[in-house]
This record gives sequence, C-alpha cells and structure tokens, in this order.
Amino acid sequence: MEIKVVKDILGANEQIAQKNRQLFDSHHVFVVNVMSSPGAGKTSLILETIKRLKGKTRVGVVEGDISSSLDAEAIGKEGVPVVQINTGGECHLDANMTSSALPSVPLKDIELLLIENVGNLVCPAEFTLGENIRVLISSTPEGDDKPFKYPLMFHQADAVLINKVDLLPYLKFDVDAFSKTIRGINQKVKVFPISCTTGEGIDQWVSWLFDQMKKG
Amino acid sequence: MHELSITQSMLDLVLGEAEKAEAESVAKINLVIGEMTGVVGQCVQFYFDFLSKGTAAEGALLNFKVTPTTAKCRHCAKKFELGEFDWTCPYCKGNNIEIVGGKELFVESIEVE
Repeated sequence: MEIKVVKDILGANEQIAQKNRQLFDSHHVFVVNVMSSPGAGKTSLILETIKRLKGKTRVGVVEGDISSSLDAEAIGKEGVPVVQINTGGECHLDANMTSSALPSVPLKDIELLLIENVGNLVCPAEFTLGENIRVLISSTPEGDDKPFKYPLMFHQADAVLINKVDLLPYLKFDVDAFSKTIRGINQKVKVFPISCTTGEGIDQWVSWLFDQMKKG
Repeated sequence: MHELSITQSMLDLVLGEAEKAEAESVAKINLVIGEMTGVVGQCVQFYFDFLSKGTAAEGALLNFKVTPTTAKCRHCAKKFELGEFDWTCPYCKGNNIEIVGGKELFVESIEVE
C-alpha cells in the first residue's frame, strides 16, 4: 500500500526552531546565526562586533564547535556571557542543540545573541536555529567562486561579509563580480566588504545590524 | 556529514507515518532531494542501513528523485537550469534570477505492508 506523505524531512528541526524563536521573541532578544567556512573570521567578527556595541546593547554569544572551547574563552575575555556547544562530530548546529544550550544563556539580561555556527558552508544552510537573520562571512583568500559552489548558503543569507579585504592587493578576488553574483540569486542580501584586522567596514556592518535589531 | 541528522529525521518521519497507517513494515521510501541541498544519496543509504536496524523500516528500499537547481529569470520570466559557473539567463542574459527549484528535501510517499 502506498501512502502519500509529502512532508519536509527537516520539519522536526523547523518546529523546534520556531519554539526557540518564540522564546527569543518573548525576551526581546534579536538572534544572528553567523556562518562561514573554517577560518573565515567568525570569532574575529563577533569580537569586533562586541567591542563596537559596548554600552549600546547587551550581547550574548553561543559558540558552536565540533570540539574545544578556544573561541568561547576568547569571547569570555570581552566580559559577555558565552555558552559553548560542542557538537561532538556533527558538522552544524541544529535547533535542538541550540535549544539545549538556551537554559545556560541569560536571555533576560541580553538584547542581542550572536550564534557562531560550526565552520562549514554546506550543512548549516539546512538547519534553522530560530534566528532573526543569517549572516555569512566569505573571506578573500577563499576565492570569489564560492557562491557557485555553495549556492544554498549564499541564496539564504541576509548579509554577506567579505572579510580580509586588507589582503586584496595580494589576491585575485573580484569584489564587484562576487557581489553581483550573489545579488543575482539573492535580491535582499546586504554585502559588506570588511577587515577584522584593520577595522575597515566594521562600523557599517554594526550600524546595519543595529538597524535590523531596532526593526526586530 | 549532515546526512546523518537528515537520515535520522527522515527515518523518524517515516516510522511515524507507518505507525499511523498501522503498517507492519515499510517496503519503500520515495524521497525528493534538491541538488542545491548537497545531500548525497549514497550517504543517506549508508546511514539508513545502520539507523533503521530493528525498526519497521529495516531493509526498505530508498528511491531518490533528484531535482536540479532551477531558476526563473526576473526579466524574461523563462525558466532554466542553473549553470555551474554562469548564473545569467541563457535567453536574455539577465542576471536577476529567482531560484525556483533544487531546495527540496522531503518524503514524497512510502510503500508499506
């Protein structure tokens, strides 16, 4: 006997993500899912963002890594609450892992939660966590062909940050062509060329993020 | 690697549907997987064989329908498959396109006994 199903395989994740979102909304916490390949600058971006938002808004961080708490320690030094999730081999965070970490996150004391996903351009694209926006960092040494290789990630991002633009003189990376490619498949995306080393573009990114928070 | 959690979710979904239908076993699972998801059928099969052991879905045949990444041009409204390194419309050369297919990841139907 054949049974018609037509149900999304990740429907269960989506349901938990919606519950997470309700919890965030009830605490008026704006949530950002930060994704990139390993080494593109997720932790550096979070650190720079925290520094610039000091005194303006209260930030919390969830750190997703396969193992180790190195990134969480670096962020903890900035004096913001940070919770580490070790996925124990899983290549992405999912809504359930996020949900399990939330009792340790002081939601009533923060207004912005930055979730650093596991470094990976494939798997995190499939799993929503309950976030308000998705931010993708693509760094110049990775090459400007990444949208073609990981279209889903670029298609779904609310903002793409081109990090390490201070290295552009040494690399073949066409910022205009790269931005045009992404905008071709993602009309809503904001593109920010930045450098966490020199600070270029970070103010623009933080100002945009702040605007998104105000909009909710 | 996302295939492990995807396969587990798929198996939970299938077992839930089989139970609702009061079926004894699942013979076949028809899946639709968009090319853009990067989900590899062979990996799903590998994890499925392991995860389904001892369940009503053990030994079920997995049938994969892979849907290509399809775009629709916002200028001329024509549909086309997205090229590997060229995201312009083959008809009008416009580069303002909408992804309309290739993100699917669902269980279409199951065959139970």
